Amino acid sequence: MDYYKRKLIVEGIAFWTFRSLSFIVIGILFSILGFIIYKGSSVISWEFITEMPKDGMTKGGIYPAIIGTLCLIGGSIIFAFPIGVMSAIYSNEYTKHGYFRSFIQLMTSNLAGIPSIVFGLFGMALFVNQLGFGDSILAGSLTLGLLVLPIVIRTTEEALKAVDDNFRQASFALGATKLQTIHRVTLPIALPNILTGLILSIGRVSGETAPILFTVAAYFLPKLPTSIFDQVMALPYHLYVISTSGTNINDSRAMAYGTALVLILIVLILNLTASIVRRYLSKKNNIN
Amino acid sequence: MTEIYPHKIESKDVNLYYENFHALKGISMSVEKNTVCALIGPSGCGKSTFLRLFNRMNDLIDGVKIEGKCLIDGKNIYSKEVKIDELRKRVGMVFQKPNPFPKSIFENVAYGLRVNGISHKTLIEERVERSLKQAALWEEVKDKLKKSAMQLSGGQQQRLCIARALAIEPSVVLMDEPASALDPISTSKIEELIYELKSQYTIIIVTHNMQQAGRVSDSTAFFYMGELIEYDLTKKLFTNPSDTRTQDYITGRFG
Ligand SMILES: Nc1ncnc2c1ncn2[C@@H]1O[C@H](COP(=O)(O)OP(=O)(O)O)[C@@H](O)[C@H]1O
Ligand SMILES: [Mg+2]
Repeated sequence: MDYYKRKLIVEGIAFWTFRSLSFIVIGILFSILGFIIYKGSSVISWEFITEMPKDGMTKGGIYPAIIGTLCLIGGSIIFAFPIGVMSAIYSNEYTKHGYFRSFIQLMTSNLAGIPSIVFGLFGMALFVNQLGFGDSILAGSLTLGLLVLPIVIRTTEEALKAVDDNFRQASFALGATKLQTIHRVTLPIALPNILTGLILSIGRVSGETAPILFTVAAYFLPKLPTSIFDQVMALPYHLYVISTSGTNINDSRAMAYGTALVLILIVLILNLTASIVRRYLSKKNNIN
Repeated sequence: MTEIYPHKIESKDVNLYYENFHALKGISMSVEKNTVCALIGPSGCGKSTFLRLFNRMNDLIDGVKIEGKCLIDGKNIYSKEVKIDELRKRVGMVFQKPNPFPKSIFENVAYGLRVNGISHKTLIEERVERSLKQAALWEEVKDKLKKSAMQLSGGQQQRLCIARALAIEPSVVLMDEPASALDPISTSKIEELIYELKSQYTIIIVTHNMQQAGRVSDSTAFFYMGELIEYDLTKKLFTNPSDTRTQDYITGRFG
């Protein structure tokens, strides 16, 4: 076979391999989504998302778990986002390239690799017992916050690194200080990419069960929290409970799919919102 | 009128090292007030490094060591009393690649004022307008000051960067190959502009373009491998250089 023909065939095989694999991935994603929608949509109703669970969690709604999960998302982000962004600013804008910066980055990656159940244990020991917060939104949010801190730090660092150094130089050359440069130039340019970290964090926080198991999640608590020292139900834990240890697993099966669907929808809606903000900001920057 | 200080800008036996690399070797030269000084020489000879001495941008680079004195208006800008942001307010800089901020045209020019504590609205507006006029950009942008600076053409962006540098009223302007990324028409606009600005500012411009140096500058310094080979009035240096290396460079025999 001549060289030219062989080249064409190899190109073709490569193209179709890449293409079919990516279609398979998309296909898998859609089947998961489709399966949950198919099983869960019949359960979802106004009552389902606005009422307390009833009859051993086989009837009624999941309202307190929705509120609980939203509280935990909000709480952990309020905690993790500023701290993560600020430490990323420190390591990227203030430290010199070298051992110390590599050390920080190594520690961050290590932190990201710790299994979430370990965070749960740590959170219980520190926040619940040592600091005396008890099983509470506060303890759970702090634990989840720790869990996503490495994600926030890493994505923020990447976002800051992607800011063209020419902008910083221009700012310094106009007599701006370091802080003014960060505040007025670097951060606004990096913000859209920093939001990626927020999106990832939201997804992670809303789905985790292990970190909230010993720190906040209630098995069954048909009322809404009134302070950050209250326990709450949370969607992923509720899902776990009604599909494994509920009073009547068969009866609550449909409820489980409904809960899963609500969880997915919450994450989707929050991500979509963040993406829209992100898009708006990059348009404002007009460089991406 | 007698000048208190003999020179506007002066470097005295300056050596600069990047770690162990000796990038500037004993440079002594001076630039007179309200003149344009061109720095020429093959790439890598130290022109940008020398230019960045005067607003202390080299300080931002890790591992830089500087010896000798740099004087502006007779004062050593590397002495301990000098505040770097104060210095940079007096010494503006225009970079090789146009680098307006991803902000509006107005905010780009106002930036230097805001970071230097000026917040008076009408004062800022006046300064923005005046700087844009000085940079010969006002007519083109006066109706779209709120638009993003990123939408301007390369040549307009560079003039915006010049306006941005002028807004804080420096007395010295440093330009590092300000036209090298631009088309011929934008380049000649920038050159005309430099000629205009000379009456109010002292300008040092790096250029790799000999014709440009000849057109815009009063004095020219030829650098080669970190050394100042020859420094003279532009007319003299281009017509009758004293050093054979200068001769070789300007006739295009190397570089
Ligand atoms: N940040 C830096 N670190 C190390 N070496 C540098 C740095 N910047 C410039 N140099 C070196 O110093 C010399 C002079 O560079 P530069 O002043 O940029 O030259 P020019 O502007 O004349 O092309 C070159 O050999 C260059 O490699
Ligand atoms: Mg250069």
